Amino acid sequence: MIGGLFIYNHKGEVLISRVYRDDIGRNAVDAFRVNVIHARQQVRSPVTNIARTSFFHVKRSNIWLAAVTKQNVNAAMVFEFLYKMCDVMTAYFGKISEENIKNNFVLIYELLDEILDFGYPQNSETGALKTFITQQGIKGQARRVCDLPKLSLVVHYCPQTKEEQSQITSQVTGQIGWRREGIKYRRNELFLDVLESVNLLMSPQGQVLSAHVSGRVVMKSYLSGMPECKFGMNDKIVIDKQGKGGTTDDPGKSGKQSIAIDDCTFHQCVRLSKFDSERSISFIPPDGEYELMRYRTTKDIILPFRVIPLVREVGRTKLEVKVVIKSNFKPSLLAQKIEVRIPTPLNTSGVQVICMKGKAKYKASENAIVWKIKRMAGMKESQISAEIELLPTNDKKKWARPPISMNFEVPFAPSGLKVRYLKVFESKLNYSDHDVIKWVRYIGRSGIYETRC
Amino acid sequence: MTDSKYFTTTKKGEIFELKAELNSDKKEKKKEAVKKVIASMTVGKDVSALFPDVVNCMQTDNLELKKLVYLYLMNYAKSQPDMAIMAVNTFVKDCEDPNPLIRALAVRTMGCIRVDKITEYLCEPLRKCLKDEDPYVRKTAAVCVAKLHDINAQLVEDQGFLDTLKDLISDSNPMVVANAVAALSEIAESHPNSNLLDLNPQTINKLLTALNECTEWGQIFILDCLANYTPRDDRESQSICERVTPRLSHANSAVVLSAVKVLMKFMEMLPKDLDYYGTLLKKLAPPLVTLLSAEPELQYVALRNINLIVQKRPEILKHEMKVFFVKYNDPIYVKLEKLDIMIRLASQANIAQVLAELKEYATEVDVDFVRKAVRAIGRCAIKVEQSAERCVSTLLDLIQTKVNYVVQEAIVVIKDIFRKYPNKYESVIATLCENLDSLDEPEARAAMIWIVGEYAERIDNADELLESFLEGFHDESTQVQLQLLTAIVKLFLKKPTETQELVQQVLSLATQDSDNPDLRDRGYIYWRLLSTDPVAAKEVVLAEKPLISEETDLIEPTLLEELICHIGTLASVYHKPPSAFVEGSRGVQHRRLPPRAGSGESAESSDVGQSGPSEAPSAVIPSQGDLLGDLLNLDLAPPTATVPSVQPSMQMGAMDLLGGGLDSLLGGDIGGSPSMGASLGAAPAAMPAALGGAPAVGGGLGDLFDLGGGVGMPTGAYIAPKTLWLPAMKAKGLEISGTFARRGGIIQMDLSLTNKAMSVMTDFAIQFNRNSFGMAPAGPLQVLTPLSPNQTIDVSLPLSTSGPVMKMEPLNNLQVAVKNNIDVFYFSCQYPISLLFVEDGKMERQVFLATWKDIPNDNEAQFQIKDIHLNSDAASNKLQGSNIFTIAKRTVEGQDMLYLSIKLTNGIWVLAEMRVQTGSPIYTLSIKCRAPEVNQFVCQCYELVLKN
Repeated sequence: MIGGLFIYNHKGEVLISRVYRDDIGRNAVDAFRVNVIHARQQVRSPVTNIARTSFFHVKRSNIWLAAVTKQNVNAAMVFEFLYKMCDVMTAYFGKISEENIKNNFVLIYELLDEILDFGYPQNSETGALKTFITQQGIKGQARRVCDLPKLSLVVHYCPQTKEEQSQITSQVTGQIGWRREGIKYRRNELFLDVLESVNLLMSPQGQVLSAHVSGRVVMKSYLSGMPECKFGMNDKIVIDKQGKGGTTDDPGKSGKQSIAIDDCTFHQCVRLSKFDSERSISFIPPDGEYELMRYRTTKDIILPFRVIPLVREVGRTKLEVKVVIKSNFKPSLLAQKIEVRIPTPLNTSGVQVICMKGKAKYKASENAIVWKIKRMAGMKESQISAEIELLPTNDKKKWARPPISMNFEVPFAPSGLKVRYLKVFESKLNYSDHDVIKWVRYIGRSGIYETRC
Repeated sequence: MTDSKYFTTTKKGEIFELKAELNSDKKEKKKEAVKKVIASMTVGKDVSALFPDVVNCMQTDNLELKKLVYLYLMNYAKSQPDMAIMAVNTFVKDCEDPNPLIRALAVRTMGCIRVDKITEYLCEPLRKCLKDEDPYVRKTAAVCVAKLHDINAQLVEDQGFLDTLKDLISDSNPMVVANAVAALSEIAESHPNSNLLDLNPQTINKLLTALNECTEWGQIFILDCLANYTPRDDRESQSICERVTPRLSHANSAVVLSAVKVLMKFMEMLPKDLDYYGTLLKKLAPPLVTLLSAEPELQYVALRNINLIVQKRPEILKHEMKVFFVKYNDPIYVKLEKLDIMIRLASQANIAQVLAELKEYATEVDVDFVRKAVRAIGRCAIKVEQSAERCVSTLLDLIQTKVNYVVQEAIVVIKDIFRKYPNKYESVIATLCENLDSLDEPEARAAMIWIVGEYAERIDNADELLESFLEGFHDESTQVQLQLLTAIVKLFLKKPTETQELVQQVLSLATQDSDNPDLRDRGYIYWRLLSTDPVAAKEVVLAEKPLISEETDLIEPTLLEELICHIGTLASVYHKPPSAFVEGSRGVQHRRLPPRAGSGESAESSDVGQSGPSEAPSAVIPSQGDLLGDLLNLDLAPPTATVPSVQPSMQMGAMDLLGGGLDSLLGGDIGGSPSMGASLGAAPAAMPAALGGAPAVGGGLGDLFDLGGGVGMPTGAYIAPKTLWLPAMKAKGLEISGTFARRGGIIQMDLSLTNKAMSVMTDFAIQFNRNSFGMAPAGPLQVLTPLSPNQTIDVSLPLSTSGPVMKMEPLNNLQVAVKNNIDVFYFSCQYPISLLFVEDGKMERQVFLATWKDIPNDNEAQFQIKDIHLNSDAASNKLQGSNIFTIAKRTVEGQDMLYLSIKLTNGIWVLAEMRVQTGSPIYTLSIKCRAPEVNQFVCQCYELVLKN
């Protein structure tokens, strides 16, 4: 299991060092610094073996987090744990930065003591942790002077009553470790966000080389008690099953609107065996914001934009580029934050751009022409043309022609996913499904949306 | 003020200040001080001097302060064991605290204090905590048993904690179950044979129930534990699989991978015709693909595992090629792994797409990635025959880019394509030749030279091309030198008229001016082949080569099976068995997939198709120990060695290098030029002279072929224990230790070869450099079976002393070259000179006397040997065992005088007079020899023999 955990700043100075196992010595701290942080070349692997000791590392801004072991540990678990640790720290004190880590080192040690025992990860749900690790994180710059004395004195470890204590422990170890009992809201409310990122790789001729949507359903729940929820969407398998039963009013319509989900994963609150047998998604949600599910689809994706590139080399010192973008969704909808990035060769000396809509600029430092359009309705098209002057070089290597990439945001789900229902049942408290205020929102963003030219 | 201030105090006298603050009455000041101490500890300052003061702060009801003190204790208790006892009381008291959080904290911390005295006190509280009413305390106590076991395993067994831990598997709380499973698994790993984790259907059922209820981490512990279980039959196997499959939808990638591991393992037991088998296969693909949308580090772990899964069961992901296409912004480690998997999945159906992608990659920035992409194109050509033509034209396009490393890489792979499809794509040779000058990497140069040599008859200026390489022969790497030698010989055999000078030049460069034994020997072999029987030479050198196999980098099947059992773990990331990187007994157990049920196996392996591991044996594997084959081998991967073997019948002594055979090769058109023959003969004639003074001139090559090997016979001579000669680090995983022995008059080199690399090693051969006493292997290195990873093999190599002689420094130094399928490795070792003491070394008394007088006194050397507790007779007996013979003995004034003689293999006599003072442990030794250089070494032998 994990033998030790170190956090370094960008210079390789140790900010946090917690050793769990006897086989990890102090020299391990230095070995990682010398061999990885101070190594000149690019990181060639996130797992490094130095003198029979394995180091797993992840980087958050310029902070290095490294887990160390001498055993044959579960590598996937170690990385999942490192990510989880970052989440927990972020939940306590915000961004992971050198300043924040130094400010909160006592808290971090306390957390590390709790979520990792002898190198075995333990319950690391922030909701549960906050019930008994009650030091408050000290967040970045925005501190007011009057807060200071109080902050350094925070010990909210007020001796709880016996019931409270056992409630805490049963929550930390219990089956529903992500939610505590006795939550009460005056107004029961929930927000569902369907966030999708659509990825595309298209050939210069307009052939789709690969396309997929990776989506997430993020839920913010403000519900009292221990509500039992059931989530339904237009999953093809479910709709087809119901269709056979003859319960759908309009079989033709529902058949068209259902989507084929390649694969999905769920938050640990979802009863997986029930999904496996009945394909129904039922759960008791954590309080507040969390990610209910992730999914991936590859079939019948609505590609919101199409990019048509035309690059012509005029002699050795000039390039002509013309790019057309076409929006491909309902005219009533508006796409936002559109950005097209057209790469230019390294030996570019000057660029002239003409575009019909938006603003375009050549950014020499990024070796690209960046074309920005604030809003664009569906079923429209726009065009940019540019003349790129090149310096003559004797560099034999041809320009690699990186793909043209695009960023945008659209108010629908490119996969076609629709939320059909989210039912809430809480038998012990007197509110019903109808009393819960529900909000649903769809946002489609570009992932890696590239067209080769 | 925030906590960051604690990191900045560096002034002198800090410790004193802290001491004062720690003893302050004010609680706040105390806590501040402890925080400062912890901060200093973190940055590596030694604050152990404050131990008593910090421990004094432990008695507090402030939990934050308590935790800080505990943290300090865990770090320093070991260095201050006596002081640590002071803390025991508080721990024991805390274990009784009404607050379960405090009880758990105490038992958790106590387990981390690795002081024997404390562990004794830990037992009672731990016993109570294991039965605590609160699950939080129980789950902490479960892990504590593992901690205690790590410190004192015996104690844990004696106290019966293991049984309590087993009981916890049936606990009502899932997290307690998970931690108990984790602790038991770890303890079981260090006791490979114990029946600790006695998994039976009942416990499995409990684990599967807990699986649905515990935290993500707990699920991982349970799944990893389940993977160690072997179901009794296929029905049990299926029912476990059914209950594990829902985990594939978990958000935590580690849960998914561990579930995949269980399924991959248990699937082995399912009959292939079962419907469920097919369903399961289909269910595995989507979660594996989903892993690729995780963070890059996890993607890397997933890809390394997918690489294994694809080798084991290619059918799972055969339709998912596209997801492995490289994204522009992927980190380099993800890109390289994806590329590997793409090649594994390449098939006729998707080759067009793959090639288009690979071509894109070949224009990227990262040099390693580009190289790998170019190489991948070549591998596609070899794997999918239909695509070969397209691959070749893609490679030609890439060569046109003139990017140096792209060109070089392309040439290397084109050479492989020629090997696979002979006489098909030779039209591209002209294009290749244009790029000759830009090649600066040995591998590319060697490949190009091979191509020129192989197709010499089609390249008009082949001789010029090769000649241009010859100019800087000595600056080339061995790989290139060997290739050049072979290529020029090929050229000579194809175009004998114009190239005699060239071949002579290269042969003399290889045999006379080179220090590399491989090169020299290959040179000699060609030379003798050419001079004795050029027709045979032609048959040997220009023999038809077997086609190369398509998959060259498959993991060896048994290793693959083991790695499949380790999916998700470090072993699967490194592609090495745990024993290769874990110290001690942990993880040394080899895991195997369960035996397959039913008879579906044979059907399956043929279904698996081209890339299935079952195809692996069809690769060309050279016959073992075929030294000759190896020398003629082209040094191109994969090895090919089925060259018709040449009977080593020729005698080096026969100087008839101008045998009539050459005429037959040269035919009529050269008949009238005797000068050529003469000049060819001149160089070898000079060669024996170069060997200089060797007693048995001409044995040099003969020895290579002398097959008289044998098993050693025991004698009384002392044999030193084996020492490490070649560490694995220096030899790509091959470790050699060895010693020398003289058994029944035969000198033997006893070697232990250990394979510490991942891949199988084959084709061992050994050679010695010239040495002081002409030692040379008397037979080939008998390694008959391939050496698999982690295997050690012991061999005895008989040695002769009729090899070429060269004085070494030190005298008994021996430089050895060992070769295997991976590379050639060099090391040197020193042999005890007693090896060379022959059995007929007993001199006549009279001769002894005369010789003693005859040797000038300057040659005499005196030594003292200390700490010998033998009387003179015992010593005499002992020495005789090592062929040191006592000629006479006389007693003068309480001193025994022994007169001894030794004869070395090269005929040198060493005489000695040994004085033994009765009762004194010091022997005085006078040695006289005509070659005084050996005196010192002989004395060492006396000492060694007498002391052992």
